[in-house]
Amino acid sequence: MEELVSLRGIIKHFPGVIANDNVSFTLRKGEIHALLGENGAGKTTLMNILYGLYRPDIGEIYVEGRKVEINSPKDAITLGIGMVHQNFKLIPSHTVLENIILGLKKSGLVIKSRKIGEEIKKLAESYGWRINPNAYVWQLTAGEKQQVELLKILYRDAKILILDEPTSVLTPQECRILLQALRRMAKEGKGIIFITHKLDEVFAISDRVTVMRKGRVLVTKETSETNMSELAQYMVGRPVIFTIEKKESRPSGEAITIKNLKAFNDKGVLALKDVNLKVMKNEIVGIIGVTGNGQQELVEVIAGLRKASGGSLIVDGVNIINSSPEKIIELGIAYIPPEPLRYGIAPNLTVLDNLFMKAYRYKPYSNGVIVNWKKIYNKAEELIREFQIVPENPYAKARSLSGGNLQRLILARELSGLIGEKIPRLIVAAYPTKGLDVGATEFVHKTLIEYSRKGSGILFVSEDIEEALMISDRVAVMHDGKIVRVFRPGEVDIDKIGLMMAGVEIAFK
Amino acid sequence: MSIEWIEQVLQLTVQMGTVYLLASLGEIYAERSGVLNLGLEGMMLMGAATSFMFTLAYGHLSAILTSIIVGALMGLILSILVVDMKLNQVVVGLAMTMLGAGLSGFFTFPEVRKNLLLRLNPSLPEEVLLIQQAQKLPEIQIPLLSNIPVIGKMFFSHNLLVYFSFILSIAMWFILFKTRIGLTIRSVGENPSMADSLGVNVYMVRRMTVILSGVFASLAGAYFFIGFHPFWREGVTAGRGFIALALVILATWSPMRAILGAYLFGGVETFQYRLQLFGLGAQSPYFLAMLPYILTIMTLIIISTESIKKRIGAPASLGIPYAREE
Repeated sequence: MEELVSLRGIIKHFPGVIANDNVSFTLRKGEIHALLGENGAGKTTLMNILYGLYRPDIGEIYVEGRKVEINSPKDAITLGIGMVHQNFKLIPSHTVLENIILGLKKSGLVIKSRKIGEEIKKLAESYGWRINPNAYVWQLTAGEKQQVELLKILYRDAKILILDEPTSVLTPQECRILLQALRRMAKEGKGIIFITHKLDEVFAISDRVTVMRKGRVLVTKETSETNMSELAQYMVGRPVIFTIEKKESRPSGEAITIKNLKAFNDKGVLALKDVNLKVMKNEIVGIIGVTGNGQQELVEVIAGLRKASGGSLIVDGVNIINSSPEKIIELGIAYIPPEPLRYGIAPNLTVLDNLFMKAYRYKPYSNGVIVNWKKIYNKAEELIREFQIVPENPYAKARSLSGGNLQRLILARELSGLIGEKIPRLIVAAYPTKGLDVGATEFVHKTLIEYSRKGSGILFVSEDIEEALMISDRVAVMHDGKIVRVFRPGEVDIDKIGLMMAGVEIAFK
Repeated sequence: MSIEWIEQVLQLTVQMGTVYLLASLGEIYAERSGVLNLGLEGMMLMGAATSFMFTLAYGHLSAILTSIIVGALMGLILSILVVDMKLNQVVVGLAMTMLGAGLSGFFTFPEVRKNLLLRLNPSLPEEVLLIQQAQKLPEIQIPLLSNIPVIGKMFFSHNLLVYFSFILSIAMWFILFKTRIGLTIRSVGENPSMADSLGVNVYMVRRMTVILSGVFASLAGAYFFIGFHPFWREGVTAGRGFIALALVILATWSPMRAILGAYLFGGVETFQYRLQLFGLGAQSPYFLAMLPYILTIMTLIIISTESIKKRIGAPASLGIPYAREE
């Protein structure tokens, strides 16, 4: 079969890491080739090299048999390569048409809106999509935005499509529409590289699969000739257990009651419209929904980081709404923020500093004025051992820790009961496993379950439906600033959950 | 208040407003591409100083051309600092203002002027070397139209730069919103990483718009001096560059709306002066003098507050240097 792309012996160093270590990869005409690996395995780096965003230190790139130099995305586009990045690269305040034609010479100096609009419409229709080229991107759903991303590439007549985790923000229904369209494109003779870390997607869509770990390619296989556990083993380097052991939860007493909660987002739009939810002690309540439906605002209001405009948060019969974060911490509410590097730690301070960023002002670690560094150091060593933080040096800069270890650090700080030596009554965990490798993810899951069985109530926000169903005792679906429905895992099938996430009202018993 | 008085106020309104209009046009382009040029005032002062010297040496045309070159140079310096070296745009912008104020301040010294003028044009007569004022640009009355009562004076009795700025605003609006060039500029200001991924040279676009903002600021300074108020003193533009910065926000980054805003600001200022002549509204003259700085503080608050930025539709990456993530 004809080879569209061949990457040979690619090596790429970043300061302190080898992102790609002698990687070779081929893409054939008409195939969907899954590129599988954990976060940090080097998939995105490799594709950014193919798309001209990075330059390889060593290595050759062949496109349709010809050796090429790709120095910028412009070169890549000229060669017929298009890339859909992991986060949408779209301008919400511009129209669909404006987003698609940016940088294109053929749009004319004075933009020929009508003619181009027709072309875009026709192109979209050929894949069964209905897109109004004059709509503003902010008006679109996530699925439609994904279609605009693809149209951006298709309108440039790309033959080689790179999709970097394209399903991460889609509902299951939107996913299915996307996968259908991709099949169609492959049939037309395009080559598609599908980057993912989800095993089920590999089997749902791909013809071949390449697994990467720690910057190297381990294997390339026909998808039909392999299976999930084999691929998982390649990915992680050891056998993986897909289920989690979990004792039955025995809820006892309320951890927090959320009543009619309302809050605005940064844009001044009402993001929490009316949230009602109860979290009991000894249980994990998972919140799922498409990102941007109020999850972020909800956890921020509970943590005291965002002002609520109405409603109440009741803890032990007292309304604590709009209390200061300090007060909330003292009540035993722990907060695991999203994006640890941005919101969870001070990167230039040490592990020790970061561990005690909350506890330093309480006894026995200080008397309110003077910090007892000796006590802190001893406790820090203990925590590093208990939470298996690497490196084991309390004086290492937090910046030097990997994502998984940062999350362990935050868990250690938030859960270990440094304040008053007891476990938290409520743990608010926002996307605690996002971007973590399988090992760290397992650790987070185990730790959360352990604390829930010891008596904490846990509010667990996740983008990953299956993860939420796996570890939660109850699941709440959030859409458009409201909790649509609360149920136990297994009570509702995944298609219905997808519909709820998309805001479709469904009647069921 | 006679009809002549009204006509005169209206004419001055447009002439005053043109200073703001010219300065804000370039700034709109720079900010639309994501760069805040806070050095506007310094660049205007340099334009004014340049036009002062060259008008004396070689006349108006040379004054306008050289002030364009000086503005482009100031813009180039700013672009290297904030686009390529990715320094803080507020800090560098203020530094540019100080640089412009300091350099132009030299021309307050008669010996400096004399020396420079002799170098520029050794054949200049002695009496020109020390004067503190320059000849004003001639007004061009458009036949018939300028005789229309009230609006005739307002719209059809100005120097060339006034007409030019008006037509240019419309052209620059068209370019910004209807052409590929404009789309590229706006996209770079909204999401540079997206533009980059589609093969747009983000740095080049930003360099160009920043240089353009320098050219327009300098031209505004030249217009202010030789077209409106040709009497030199140190800091002659009196903070009007800062007012133009606020105008850009008021116009919500649209060259069309900038026309209205500029004439509004021009009108307020003219009216204020006229009323003072009547002994009416005799506020302290310091009130007007402090206005630019109050507006600047407000501008900075608006531009650095994410939620306000979003609400008023500021370019999403305004003030944020672009670097490809590694």
